[in-house]
Amino acid sequence: MTRPMLEIADLSKSFPVRNAFGRTVGEVKAVDRVSLRIERGCVYGLAGESGSGKSTIARMIMGLTPPTAGDIIIDGESVVGRGGRSGVKAQMVFQNPGSSLNPRRTVGQSLSVPLAAHGHPRDDRQRRIGELLEMVQLPADFSQRFPHELSGGQKQRVAIARALAVAPKLLVLDEPTSALDVSVQAKVIDLLVDLGRRLDLTFLFISHDLSLMRNFAQEVGVLYRGRIVEAGDTARVFENPQHDYTRLLLASVPVISEEEERLRPAIPLIDGEIPTAEKLLALRQGAAGTETTTEVHGS
Amino acid sequence: MSAALLSVRDLSVTFTTYGQTNAVLHGVCLDIPAHSQVALVGESGSGKSVTMKAIMGLLRQPPATITAGRIFYDGRDLLTMPDRERLKLRGTAMSMIFQDPMSSLNPVFTVGDQMGTILKYADRRLGRSRSRRERLARVHEVLAQVHMREPERVASSYPIMLSGGMRQRVLIAMALLSEPKLLIADEPGTALDVTTQAQILKLLKDLVTERGLALLMITHNLGVVRETCGYVYVMNKGNIVEHGPTAGLFAAPREDYTRALIAAVPRLTGGTRFGRQNEVRP
Repeated sequence: MTRPMLEIADLSKSFPVRNAFGRTVGEVKAVDRVSLRIERGCVYGLAGESGSGKSTIARMIMGLTPPTAGDIIIDGESVVGRGGRSGVKAQMVFQNPGSSLNPRRTVGQSLSVPLAAHGHPRDDRQRRIGELLEMVQLPADFSQRFPHELSGGQKQRVAIARALAVAPKLLVLDEPTSALDVSVQAKVIDLLVDLGRRLDLTFLFISHDLSLMRNFAQEVGVLYRGRIVEAGDTARVFENPQHDYTRLLLASVPVISEEEERLRPAIPLIDGEIPTAEKLLALRQGAAGTETTTEVHGS
Repeated sequence: MSAALLSVRDLSVTFTTYGQTNAVLHGVCLDIPAHSQVALVGESGSGKSVTMKAIMGLLRQPPATITAGRIFYDGRDLLTMPDRERLKLRGTAMSMIFQDPMSSLNPVFTVGDQMGTILKYADRRLGRSRSRRERLARVHEVLAQVHMREPERVASSYPIMLSGGMRQRVLIAMALLSEPKLLIADEPGTALDVTTQAQILKLLKDLVTERGLALLMITHNLGVVRETCGYVYVMNKGNIVEHGPTAGLFAAPREDYTRALIAAVPRLTGGTRFGRQNEVRP
């Protein structure tokens, strides 16, 4: 049995709820006993809507937020309680390349920051920067450019290059393509797949785009209100979803062909509308109020 | 094509910035028959928003110049009619649903106030008048039509008190206030979660078909096109590349651009190939 690249065990994070006087009056469980493991070289997709806790999980893996409970093990080493030192093993690519790159730094300067921080010899930095730009298929003279001179896709390539600067083993991708056009998105995903193969990378891919996840991730976990409600092999989860929330998510995806439409599960309509997740789950638990469920939405 | 409710003929637009003139639209033609749902799909920079703004009369001139073309609404040319006449149509005969619910609502007025104001000015343009109370009643009525459970409470709420999905519903309600014949929707629901987006699209589809409205859906999402519109125009670099009934066009695109665009859309059934660098992408 090989060692997984990332293992998360019973990870929890709660945030205090304070009243107007600053006194703690309760807590919000943003992440609630989440466990998952990602094998070396795999792409794991974490799907969820806003508020599901997916970005909080990413931040805890990166050591940007301390967990309330649980353990995070990257390549056999626990990173909890090390003061935000997930070190060189894990790096992150953020959602919006427009705001994650410093507008006053050239691309070259942005790329040299992680190199300097991790003690890369000064006289070798220029060579490494050229190498990184080549990896993400940008011309070497881009190191002189500022972010505003780049397109969205080019900026995201720079963000990927920056994450790769310290030769990490695990890349955490937080909605890396949601700000991009579909054709640009395809090219960035092409690049990630290619880099994953060449550099033997493992990906944690966080997204709300299920269609993209189906084609990129081998395994998925569906997050709802801080809990993983369903997880497993991507094809199995998509073709035979067990949890109602997964079914609702799949039924909501706008698709472009009949085959895809047939794959979407049927969802009961409440008062002629597609139900919210809360309502659907309440309905299934028999706690429905006066609403009438009528037709069925889906294929 | 006099049968179309809205007909855009050979529309060309240029933008002049810093003394440089760039052509943005190159002879765009499109038709929206009455009671039909038509999508205009394109990636960023394709000119879909400029087309939409030209139709609504929202293009700022300068920097934009409409160099050629005509836009007919109900047989009348919008570009040559007097401003007063055009004002009468805007927001009443044709109205818009904007994309971003938070930035299209004024945070310091209640939803009811804002909708009442819109109605007041729409009435004034049309030479009608109604009392404050009548206007409020109409606001409540329209909010109920977009399936708000408690229209009175929503009307007295400020935008921040509502969820994203509810704000989007308010924007739809605003567009419906003066019973337009043509709705122009600019990427509705893209800022929302996928389940909320599905609700909004279903609501919009139901409203449009129930009332027999014409809909022009501006979007970059091919899935949204298929969910809401039977006919689609594909736009790239200021040109209409291809148009036709949605299902047929998506199943068998004729042009290379459309084919590459459709190939780039990840499929829910899987089978989209990624990581083959040499593959043709648009």
